[in-house]
Amino acid sequence: MIHFIAHGKNDNVGVAVVDLPGGQQLAGWNLETDQTLAARAKQDIPLGHKIALAPVSAGGQVVKYNVPIGQASQDIAEGEHVHTHNLRTARW
Amino acid sequence: MQAGTFLGYRRENGRVGVRNHVVILPVDDISNAAAEAAASNIKGTLALPHAYGRLQFGEDLELFFRTMIGTGANPNVAACLVVGIEPEWTGRIVEGIASSGKPVEGFSIERHGDLRTIEAVSRRAQQLLQRSSELRREECGVQELYVSAKCGESDTTTGLASCPAVGRVLDRLDALGATTSFGETSELTGAEDICASRAATPEVAAEFRRVFRSYNQFILEQGVDLLGSQPTQGNLRGGLTTIEEKALGNLQKIGRQCRFVGCLEPAEAPPGPGLWFMNTSSAAAEAVTLWAASGAVIHLFPTGQGNIVGNPIEPVIKLSGNPLTVRTMSEHIDVDVSGLLQRSFSLDEAGDRLWDLMIRVANGRLTCAEALGHREFVLTKLYRSA
Repeated sequence: MIHFIAHGKNDNVGVAVVDLPGGQQLAGWNLETDQTLAARAKQDIPLGHKIALAPVSAGGQVVKYNVPIGQASQDIAEGEHVHTHNLRTARW
Repeated sequence: MQAGTFLGYRRENGRVGVRNHVVILPVDDISNAAAEAAASNIKGTLALPHAYGRLQFGEDLELFFRTMIGTGANPNVAACLVVGIEPEWTGRIVEGIASSGKPVEGFSIERHGDLRTIEAVSRRAQQLLQRSSELRREECGVQELYVSAKCGESDTTTGLASCPAVGRVLDRLDALGATTSFGETSELTGAEDICASRAATPEVAAEFRRVFRSYNQFILEQGVDLLGSQPTQGNLRGGLTTIEEKALGNLQKIGRQCRFVGCLEPAEAPPGPGLWFMNTSSAAAEAVTLWAASGAVIHLFPTGQGNIVGNPIEPVIKLSGNPLTVRTMSEHIDVDVSGLLQRSFSLDEAGDRLWDLMIRVANGRLTCAEALGHREFVLTKLYRSA
């Protein structure tokens, strides 16, 4: 069972491909490197939502597809749910 | 590479269609009633009611005529009857469609009234329907297809599964010499540099950047930003957080190899084969209507959360990589690529599944949206009427 997928080797977030239960050890897959990843979600994360694979400081870039997709609006811990509460666009 | 064939309708101008509609096209909002009444009299014809066509002017009026003429001239249409309140604009649309060589005739309501017009349109529609029912499908090359692609109600699975699967098909069509198109200008924000790098020449890249900047300038002139609209509420629910993230997933649709050879105005017919960028809204029904009017005969539509859009003349093929959407909305999804998320099959296999279904639809298989009666015909309006 794959729990989450990361697109690029430089990504610091992965996408939950099933509903992720908080606290459990999870198995992931990196599309670019074909490597197996491991993570532990800090809280329940729904299918399709993002999990932080590394800590990101407030103001730092969240990277997906090896490209910045926005800025952390607060500190993000590894394993945390990443969405509108802690990530915002750099465009508008 | 062997192109492969399918059974399509070869039209008078040599273009190839995959459907055989007899369309009754109202010129304006007030002629919808007569067009719909005639279509109701003659079962098997298709009325395309819409909300505009009066007192438009300038670029907006030009787009209106291009959309009307292109819709009637689309190779999926066997014949077209045009019904307007007065003869001038009706005649302009008839003349435009006639240049495709297909049977077309105009009717105007003033000095006749609805009832006499409905009778005249119905009598002619019956003849054209019976005539078109004798047209036979013939063997056509896959490279003769014009296929458009746009996603809707995207989520993170769109960028992981359904958009890359479309990318595989567009790469394959492009290598065969087919015509393809993508667009959704505002929805490329954050991926515009990557998109520009996929242009065939520096001139095409510069033209794309000009179109992109101009669309964004239009948004800024409204004194607002797109927060709350782009990403949509459905996108956010599906886990997409920012426009950059959405755009990067969106752009997976144009594959890895093919490069776009030019930029099209909304509803403009591509002047030759290859991948074309069209300047469109990202709203599904508006965008697909523009592509149908540009002559596209099949649309590939990746969806994450489950956009259910269809088009009256251009079959819309839906694919989804979201297992929840596939399970809860199966009647809307033509191709299930959710197995990609668990590595049950490869991206190449996902592309093959979509390709096979596309050929079946080209041969006549009805899409989910067609079977469910989705016929969203929505004109793009650039600004208010006079």
